Amino acid sequence: MNELILRTVTAVVTFMIILFGIQLFFAGHYYPGGGFIAGLVTAGAIILLLLAFDIKTVRSMIPISYRTLIGIGLLFALGTGLGGLLFDVPFLTHAHGHVMLPLLGDVSLHTAVLFDLGVYLVVVGVTMTIIETIGEDE
Amino acid sequence: MTNAVIFPIAIPLTTAVILMFCVKSLKAQKMISLVSAGVLIAAGAWLVRLVDHEGMQKLDVGNWPAPFGITLVSDMLSALLVLTTSMIALACLLYSFFTIDSKQASMYYYVFFQFLIVGVNGAFTTGDIFNLFVFYEVMLMSSYALLVHGGTKIQLQETMKYMVINVFSSALFVIAVGYLYAVTGTLNMAHLAVRISQADNTAVLTVICLLFLIVFGLKGALFPFYVWMPGAYSAPPSAVLALFGGLLTKVGVYSILRTFSLIFRQDVGYTHTILAWLAIATVVFGVIGAVAYRDMRQIAIYNIVAAVGVMAFGISLMTEESMEGTIFYLLQDMVMKTALFFIVGAIAYVAGTNQLGRFSGLLGSYPLLSWTVFLSALALSGIPPFSGFIGKALIIRAAFEKGQLLFALVVLLSSLLVLYSVMKIFIQSCWGEARGYEQKRVAPLYVPIVALLSLAVLYGVGAEFVRPYIAQAAATLADPSMYIESVLKE
Repeated sequence: MNELILRTVTAVVTFMIILFGIQLFFAGHYYPGGGFIAGLVTAGAIILLLLAFDIKTVRSMIPISYRTLIGIGLLFALGTGLGGLLFDVPFLTHAHGHVMLPLLGDVSLHTAVLFDLGVYLVVVGVTMTIIETIGEDE
Repeated sequence: MTNAVIFPIAIPLTTAVILMFCVKSLKAQKMISLVSAGVLIAAGAWLVRLVDHEGMQKLDVGNWPAPFGITLVSDMLSALLVLTTSMIALACLLYSFFTIDSKQASMYYYVFFQFLIVGVNGAFTTGDIFNLFVFYEVMLMSSYALLVHGGTKIQLQETMKYMVINVFSSALFVIAVGYLYAVTGTLNMAHLAVRISQADNTAVLTVICLLFLIVFGLKGALFPFYVWMPGAYSAPPSAVLALFGGLLTKVGVYSILRTFSLIFRQDVGYTHTILAWLAIATVVFGVIGAVAYRDMRQIAIYNIVAAVGVMAFGISLMTEESMEGTIFYLLQDMVMKTALFFIVGAIAYVAGTNQLGRFSGLLGSYPLLSWTVFLSALALSGIPPFSGFIGKALIIRAAFEKGQLLFALVVLLSSLLVLYSVMKIFIQSCWGEARGYEQKRVAPLYVPIVALLSLAVLYGVGAEFVRPYIAQAAATLADPSMYIESVLKE
């Protein structure tokens, strides 16, 4: 079956969905959003790719092991927590401040973003592991 | 040190994450798990010592002060339970090395194992009722995975039932927490205790208390909520079953102990009488099951039910002595039930069946294994020099002092029937002519069995050494103001 229309639309729309996911992720502290919903939206984009193409093609497009992604995500979340131990403050105490970066100027940074990044990676990893495992099952 | 309380949770959690990266190498997984279990025991022992020297440890996670953030609290009871958990974890790990085949073990088995320990240690340490729920879920999700791990037909069947009942009880848990939050406006356990002691609408609180009793009764296998247990626990391999038998129901018992001694003290006459009746019914139905079956696993499972009943009865008495007895009994029961499942697993491995009567005469070929059955029967029923004695003695003495003669007699009689049920295993499998089993190599299995049994014997013989710690734990339970002050102070 010719899926030209679906595939062309997918090629355009996937990037928009991923950008929307990134926007949701970074907006999380001041507006509705955050790691969980951003992870789901990103996984949604990859699932759209899976609908338009087959599993092997999508794997070659995004050569990531999603199970490892879960591990990396947990490591981020755990690392931000255990970072507190180095400074002898309670577990999961976050640090924040304004940092002058070249090009970007004055940016307010917070270690909670790293925790959120962990959540994001775990959500993407778990969702994609579930979908791919069920999809491959005969 | 500020973060002492987090280590029993953080160590297995870190290990689980690291193990996810090396699923391909079984050897690396075993080594890492073993090292982490050793470190966990050290952390537990250090925590007990710290609580003993410097008093209760608390940690305001994220540096938010007590009622607003999540507080982790380690009083002597939590510290002792965490230490016992880590010892059981090490023993189960060794048993898994020898009994779980490599194909199954390489499918994230040790990852789930570590996550289960995270859940149990977290539930023992937390000072926040919703956080308790979260750790319950961490523990239960890992237990679903471990229960179905291997994917045989019986495991699929029983995991389905186990999941349905636990999803139901978790939903009930959330609803109960919702009600409690609506009435008191807080989730921190110490703050809850303060708010409840000031509350005037105690009827609603009593209803909520009974909801919590149902929730924890479902997790901890109280009558009439234990019905899921004989089926679910007959499915998994022995190493997993020993882990479940040693830890899962005891988290339910701990939760009842914590909530009934700290939070729900508004109408002790009503709520604790209900708990006492349920406890005695649990003891009765537990021993009936233990006596009725000829299946070694079922006998051990109903022994858990009976022991949970004894502990719940100890909690319902609410005197310092009964608390002490309950803690004594709780700690030894965690160790002994794990050991019992190890032994039953080893016998079933040799005989190829769990049914008594199909084989006999193990004493000739496996003298050490047979005598461990004998020893565990004595320790479980509470024959004086062994570990089960002091706990039950204290509970029964407290019951006599409160004038609950009938209940005390039921508990005494239950010991006799527990002795009978385990002696039945000993007599029918170890005595008689040798038949129905093969010569198999079980030597490695003796390591965790003998380690746990000697721990239990030392615990019984060295009760004088352990007693100050347990008295300290019981004192905090009997007088919750210490707990409340140390959590809410600035």
